[in-house]
Order: sequence, then structure tokens, then C-alpha cells
Amino acid sequence: MSEEKRTVVLPSQLLGDTKHHKAGHGTFVENGKIYSERLGILNKRLEYINVASLKGRYDPIVGDFVIGIVMEAMSSSWLVDINAPSPALLHVNEAPWKVEFGDTEKYLNYGDSVMAKVLQVDESKKLQITLNDRNLYKIRGGLIIDVEPSKVPRIIGKKGSMISLLKKYTQCRIFIGQNGRVWIDGTEEGIKKVLQTINVIETEALAFGLTDRIETLLKKDAKDVI
Amino acid sequence: MKTGIELIDSNGKRLDGRSSEELRKIKIEAGVLHRADGSCYLEWGGNKVLAAVYGPREAIPRHTQNPLRAIVNARYNMAAFSVEDRKRPGPDRRSREISKVISEALEKVVLTEQFPRAAIDVNIEVLDAEAGTRCAGLTAAGVALADAGIPMKDIPVSCAAGKITGHVVLDLGKEEDNFGDADLPVAISPRTGEILLLQMDGHLTFEEFNKALDFAIKGCYTVSEIQKKAILDKYQSIVEVE
Repeated sequence: MSEEKRTVVLPSQLLGDTKHHKAGHGTFVENGKIYSERLGILNKRLEYINVASLKGRYDPIVGDFVIGIVMEAMSSSWLVDINAPSPALLHVNEAPWKVEFGDTEKYLNYGDSVMAKVLQVDESKKLQITLNDRNLYKIRGGLIIDVEPSKVPRIIGKKGSMISLLKKYTQCRIFIGQNGRVWIDGTEEGIKKVLQTINVIETEALAFGLTDRIETLLKKDAKDVI
Repeated sequence: MKTGIELIDSNGKRLDGRSSEELRKIKIEAGVLHRADGSCYLEWGGNKVLAAVYGPREAIPRHTQNPLRAIVNARYNMAAFSVEDRKRPGPDRRSREISKVISEALEKVVLTEQFPRAAIDVNIEVLDAEAGTRCAGLTAAGVALADAGIPMKDIPVSCAAGKITGHVVLDLGKEEDNFGDADLPVAISPRTGEILLLQMDGHLTFEEFNKALDFAIKGCYTVSEIQKKAILDKYQSIVEVE
């Protein structure tokens, strides 16, 4: 892990030119010059210049696991809000049930939450999601909270290090949607602890060596309980 | 015009003691609202403006959606208590016009092609008014858009120039706006120098117009630096937590 300083860049900030670098994510090119297109953190890897966003809406990518909330039940599909710029379509064929035409409301209705996978994003950013994968299902019980989508990778940690820590010390079931929604289920005590920890992770998302610090924090609390 | 008020004295000093090329005091703070995706609070002389950005989200009503790009909905609103006599609340002819020109100015800098069928809502609330609220509003909206993490080509910035008792001056104050000869609000994209908004109220000769435009654009660059500093101040500190 590089321990260099992280630099914040502003939209329209000049980052380099196309002769020496290649324009990566979060940048745009004009007259051979590379500029940042959003507020974010500069990330130079090989010859690419990337800008990782600090804030902003969830940008759906095919294969992401997300948590959605049903907005509308139509005769052969549902419209699901996944925190993206437009609602996602969930067709009955992509649900694990055998649904009669017009009976969609029996299975999922307005306000229900589902874990889903992004199936398709076309060039006009129309979204489709599916429930036919791994163990995706309708959410019953537990608690859903919203976090900043750009901070989801920190909550998961490197290869899931942070999330497995959380699960180990709190005995909670946790599912993190890439769209910034987190589902937590467990004892009241456990949920409280998860919420506190996620809060810490969110406010200190950019600090180095965060996982170790969170572990000591969780360990200390665990000692008090047991 | 005989107003009986000396707006600018023989030394070139104005009513509030500024010189002809001096801006009022500007204070900008980014990210002040928690419910909005991005926000900004701005004080410009006696103006107090709050801007909040939501989105990109689904455009409602659906017939306003554009299948190729996002639409930018700016809504400029003056609070009832923002002026000396109570302003009747709700949109009127003036605020609808300002909403429209600000929407169009912002649409030019936001990379709208990335969000087909979506809407980006910008709410500009004028809490206290003292001449030049559309410039203050547009400047605040620019910071709020950047704060919301919305991809854009530039941070738009705005500033006005005008003419008082025969002199071209930068950034009119309240009395200067009320009793002056002309007001020229300008918004630019500071990276390219493109003009995003240009309106004029009153009369200017061609030479005066050119001079006023130069003044306003120079003012825009000064304000742009304040904008950038405000955003960096907010986020550099978050990054440096260790």
C-alpha cells in the first residue's frame, strides 16, 4: 500500500496531457489536456490518471450486488429503487418464484426490500436487476442503513477484511450493497455496535491502517461485554 | 438622472468605501446540509444564499425526461423576509426568469450525457438580499454541484458590473443597483472563459459595455478562487484525518 499523501482534485483541474498519460476514470480530455471531471482523489496508476470520487450517487456496474426497495409492482415486472440515477427493472423471469401474470403484488409489493444483482446496464443507462444468483432474496427483518456509496469499499475492506471483522465481533448478519445500502440483522446490542463502527469507518474512510484500528476498537468493546 | 445621492465621489470612492474595481466581502462554505447530496452557503456583502443539489435522480414528471441527457432544474427562490418590504412568497415572473437562465448556465458545464433521463435539481434560496442575488445564487450553485460529486467540465462562477453616475464599476451594492444607470450580470466558465450568462439592465454605450464586461470577467476569476478554496478547505481536512 502506498503511503503517499492523498490529494484532493476539483472539477476542471488540470491533471496532465495525453502525450504522457492516459485519461482514466473521472477525467475528460479537451485539446490534448486531461482534466478532472469531479471532486475526488487523484490516483495515478501506470500511465493512467484516475479520479476516485469522494461523493456522489451510485453508478451501477453489471455484477454488483445491491439492496433495492420496490417502488412499483407492474403486471410482469417490478420497478426497484437501487439509489441510481434511474429505477431498475426486475422482470418476473428474474425472480425465483413462479408468478402468474398480474400476480406480482403477492410476491413483492411497494416498500419491500430485496438483495439483487445488477444484470444489465445499457448505453442509455437503463437498468435490469436479477434475483437469480447466489443467495439473493427478499429481506425480512433487520435494519437497512444508507452510507456514502464511495465509502462502501472501505466498509468491506481488502478482500473483505473489514466486514469479516465486523461479523466476527458482533455476531450480526450483514449484507453490503454496492449502492450504499447496508442490511444488518442480529441482536440489539450487536446492531448498535455495527452502527457505531460503520459510523467510525465512514468518518475516517480515508485514513491509513483503518482495519487495524477498527479491530482494536471492536476487541476493546468485546472485552467489556464478555 | 437627478437622484440627489452621490454614488461615487471625486476620489472614486463609493458609498461603502470601495474603489470602482473592488468586490464586496465574500464568504463561501461547502457541504452545510446533511439531507442534500451537495450544498453551499454563501455570503456576498449583504446577500445570504443557500444552495442545495439533489441527484442525478429520475426526472419527474416523466415527459420532461430527455432520453439522451440529464436535465438541470434550478429553482431560484427569495424568502419572504429577504427584502425590506415582505416579498409575497412563491414563484413570480422575476424568479422564474432567473431560474431559467441559471438552469441553462449550469446545463452548459454539467456532463449531462452521463445521466440519460435523469434530473439534477438545484435549489437556490435567497435568505437575505442586497443586489446581485442571481450572481450570488449561481456562484453558490456551482460550489454545491461540485460538492455533490456531479461530473462537470468546470465550476461556473458569476459576478456583476454596472454603471453609477457615469462611472463603470464592479459588483453593485444595493443603493448603486437602485439608483445606478446599468447592471450587467455575467457568468463564465473560468477554465475556458466561455460566457454562460449575460444580462443587462439599463443603458451602456459600446465602450462602457466592453469595460463593464472586462470588469465583470475579472471579478469572476477572483470569485472563482474563493470558490475553489472553499471546497478544498472542506475536503482537504477530511483527507488529512490520521
